[in-house]
Amino acid sequence: MRRLSGFNIASVAIGLAFLYLPITILVIYSFNDSRLVSVWGGFSLRWYVALIEDRDMLEAVRTSLAIALLSAALATLLGTCVALALARLGRFRGRTMLSAMTYAPLVMPEVITGLSLLLLFVAVNVDRGFWTVTIAHTTLTMCFVTIIVQARLVDMDQSIEEAAMDLGCPPLRTLLTVTVPMAAPAVISAFLLAFSLSLDDLVIASFTTGPGATTLPIRIYSEVRLGVKPEINAISTLMIATVAIAVVLASWVERSRGRNKLNETGKA
Amino acid sequence: MPVAGTFARSRSVWALVLIPGLWLVVLFLVPCLIILKISLSQTALAQPPYTPVFDWTGGWAGLKTFLSGLSVSNYVALANDTLYIASYLKSLQIAALATLMLLLIGYPIAYGIAQTKGRAQAFLVLLVILPFWTSFLIRIYAWITILQHDGLLNRALIGLRLIDAPVSWLASDTAIYIGLVYSYLPFMVLPLYATLQKLDPTLLEAAADLGARRWKAFWSITLPLSLPGAAAGALLCFIPIVGEFVVPDLLGGSETMMIGQTLWLEFFANRDWPIASAIAVVLLCLLVGPIALFDNLRARQLRSRS
Repeated sequence: MRRLSGFNIASVAIGLAFLYLPITILVIYSFNDSRLVSVWGGFSLRWYVALIEDRDMLEAVRTSLAIALLSAALATLLGTCVALALARLGRFRGRTMLSAMTYAPLVMPEVITGLSLLLLFVAVNVDRGFWTVTIAHTTLTMCFVTIIVQARLVDMDQSIEEAAMDLGCPPLRTLLTVTVPMAAPAVISAFLLAFSLSLDDLVIASFTTGPGATTLPIRIYSEVRLGVKPEINAISTLMIATVAIAVVLASWVERSRGRNKLNETGKA
Repeated sequence: MPVAGTFARSRSVWALVLIPGLWLVVLFLVPCLIILKISLSQTALAQPPYTPVFDWTGGWAGLKTFLSGLSVSNYVALANDTLYIASYLKSLQIAALATLMLLLIGYPIAYGIAQTKGRAQAFLVLLVILPFWTSFLIRIYAWITILQHDGLLNRALIGLRLIDAPVSWLASDTAIYIGLVYSYLPFMVLPLYATLQKLDPTLLEAAADLGARRWKAFWSITLPLSLPGAAAGALLCFIPIVGEFVVPDLLGGSETMMIGQTLWLEFFANRDWPIASAIAVVLLCLLVGPIALFDNLRARQLRSRS
């Protein structure tokens, strides 16, 4: 008895409008010629030009991208290992502890995670900067990776792995050549999530960064505190466009893969 | 639990646990202990700005001085200063009210999406997830343009002759609620949708056959069965909102700060690391209950899936 009522349609439409209206306005005003953010002064690309000339901003973009790539790669590696352990090793000593350490950082307020990591870095007396932020982001995002990959592993049919082992394939090789490839879509989306979380983080980066490693959110935040600026609209629009393109590409790849599969089963 | 343990007997696979396990111990567990330690030490005008409380070279005697060096003075200061207490209370109040609003707004959206079918449903879910992938900071920033004094909301309202003079929306609790509901909505809608979508439609058919009206069927079947999703969504929003920093800092006023802001201020502006640590420890104690509840829900959900 699934029936769409007017109320259902209205609530979904209003909800989506609420989610998308502010972003749309932000994008539109990034092409505004006027310096006043709420007055429309005609179409212009001047804020994008200003952005290209803003060395500090470009440096921040570069720093953020490097940190995001590196920490997402590390987090994917570590997080997938934890997921494999939690989903495939059965009961082992320390399982509860590992599981708790994976889920706790997810809901931990960011200010606490940031402060605690900073205190650790100070305690062991390392220079704070690029590497400390990378390590901090890895710690946070590997937990997200674990959750995504673990969910996939739990749903996966384990008989193929069992078959490989029965046929004499050693466990580690089975894991690398059967289990991991089967979980690959989840691993890829986990990597993307880790990447975007790192790119987005302000609080943890603020605590763990040092001189010379200003990430994009830190830079944007310090500008935004002083008021609305059209250049910020421009960089935001570029970031939104990047995400939109990535999501469209990802779903397109997924769909064409699905179609190939359909074709193959059709032939067989 | 899915304790199939396909690989349980192989030694080579155990390396899997070792490295990430150590990583989490060193970078999650140890930092938590360090926070606890520093919250019990004195403020000092030094770099780092607290008196070192533990000297590894001291051995047994060092342990003794360590224990005698601990003091609860930071916690006493927290308890005696109404500013901190007000800050905690405000955080809890805002988080509770925002979670309630999120439930009321998120439920109809999740319900509506669950009523659609196939591709439309997948597309709508994607639309709800998509904003989550764009920067949190940017989404909050977008609201500043709308809510500021000569912003679009005031212009629209004046244009519609609903108000005569601009209302100051920014720097108020209203702005905080708008920002929180806006940025946490996907976290509420997705778990709700997940439970509503799995609901067995034959239950509602049976209710209809037995003469129940639609709202009655909703009230006595759909709503109770969707409670686990509602609880998961509520906790997923409530816990991080209590410690939220960005939203109240950019949209809120300066009268009473949320505890995340207070911690930030003590740390960055006043450089009082021990007090900041004590604030963090108390915040964590406040959240232990909800976090345990969330963990419990999650474990039950995993068990029901396998």
